[in-house]
Amino acid sequence: MPVTNILRTIGRRVVDAVWHIGVVTRFFFLTLIYSGSCFRRFHLIIKELFSTGVMSLIIIIVAGLFVGMVLGLQGYETLKRYGSESALGVMVALSLVREMGPVVAALLFASRAGSAMTAEIGLMKATEQISAMEMMAVNPIARIVAPRFWAGVISMPFLAAMFSAVGIFGGYLVGVVQIGVDEGSFWSQMQAAVDFREDIMNGIIKSLVFGTVVTLIALFEGFDAPPTAEGVSGATTRTVVTSSLAILMLDFVLTAIMFRGA
Amino acid sequence: MERTTLDLWVGMFVVAGMAALVMLAMKVGNLGTYNVSEAYQVHAYFSNIGGLKAQASIRSAGVVVGRVTEITLDTERYEAKVVMSLDNRYQFPTDTFANILTSGLLGEQYIGLMPGGDEAMLKNGEQMKQTQSAMVLEDLIGKFMYSKAAEPAK
Repeated sequence: MPVTNILRTIGRRVVDAVWHIGVVTRFFFLTLIYSGSCFRRFHLIIKELFSTGVMSLIIIIVAGLFVGMVLGLQGYETLKRYGSESALGVMVALSLVREMGPVVAALLFASRAGSAMTAEIGLMKATEQISAMEMMAVNPIARIVAPRFWAGVISMPFLAAMFSAVGIFGGYLVGVVQIGVDEGSFWSQMQAAVDFREDIMNGIIKSLVFGTVVTLIALFEGFDAPPTAEGVSGATTRTVVTSSLAILMLDFVLTAIMFRGA
Repeated sequence: MERTTLDLWVGMFVVAGMAALVMLAMKVGNLGTYNVSEAYQVHAYFSNIGGLKAQASIRSAGVVVGRVTEITLDTERYEAKVVMSLDNRYQFPTDTFANILTSGLLGEQYIGLMPGGDEAMLKNGEQMKQTQSAMVLEDLIGKFMYSKAAEPAK
């Protein structure tokens, strides 16, 4: 009976996926509910902000600089054909603020901070630290998950803004300093075309959404990992893969909502 | 002791993030460039606005004097009603001519104001009577072809 077997497999996969979504949603709401205590003990969030935000700074700044420089080079090559090199600033700024900043920063954040979170929590579970906390009547979601969640949500917009700012500086370095596009038109056309609410605020909203999703996936995978060495490594891989895909898909949806026909 | 150096790093992180945001808002975005602090509103009717959008700039002699605040279709006259807010520092005569112009060959569209010679100045809520619509490429080509066809064959 191969047909029934195939049908059975598909059905099980679908039910598993829906189940998974339900568990993640419950995990998300539990995190929100137990967040109160971590705001009263803010040093917990500060500690996590250091390991997620501050430690991601170097990769974000270096990557932003080079992405901006590449955008400057490529944009110049294309715009030169139409004789509108002076619009280079607009191109670099809009692509960074609207898309590249939030998306690339979130991808880097997922692989730099998200994987670390998953591995850390997975190992805590494997070494039975989480069970020990439960024995001491300490809620592991309030003590471990919530501070990391809020640290991720808080640091993501800052990282994306720094990525965009450094990237625009990189585009300036290549476009104006190296190639010699007029500096005045580079900045003035940029300022005329980039709208604070339409472009910059929407970019920040995007990065907030990405921060929430990436941190949630990382924390859930860590919490859900089988307590073995294999389980932790698998969960870390799943964190990076799932959150990268989630970022790119969500980016399409958010772009379609925010910038359609504007 | 450990916690204070940690706090310092996190504080530097937050300050750097804020600085990046402010830099984006002021240097990259249009928040720092032009805000109509003391403005008055005038409106004008155009038979075709082309690609003009809200927030487009209004210039006179090349100087930005205001922004387009609202564009609607007036169904009584079937013309586009464009509301503009102009800076109070700049007053224009009532017979000012409003053109929809394009900056550069492929640039954005803006409204250019050509002041007339009237003694009276435009006040809040008044209408600019003389307008010229946007150039639409198809119309231009159509006119050109029509005039070519009308020429006597040589």
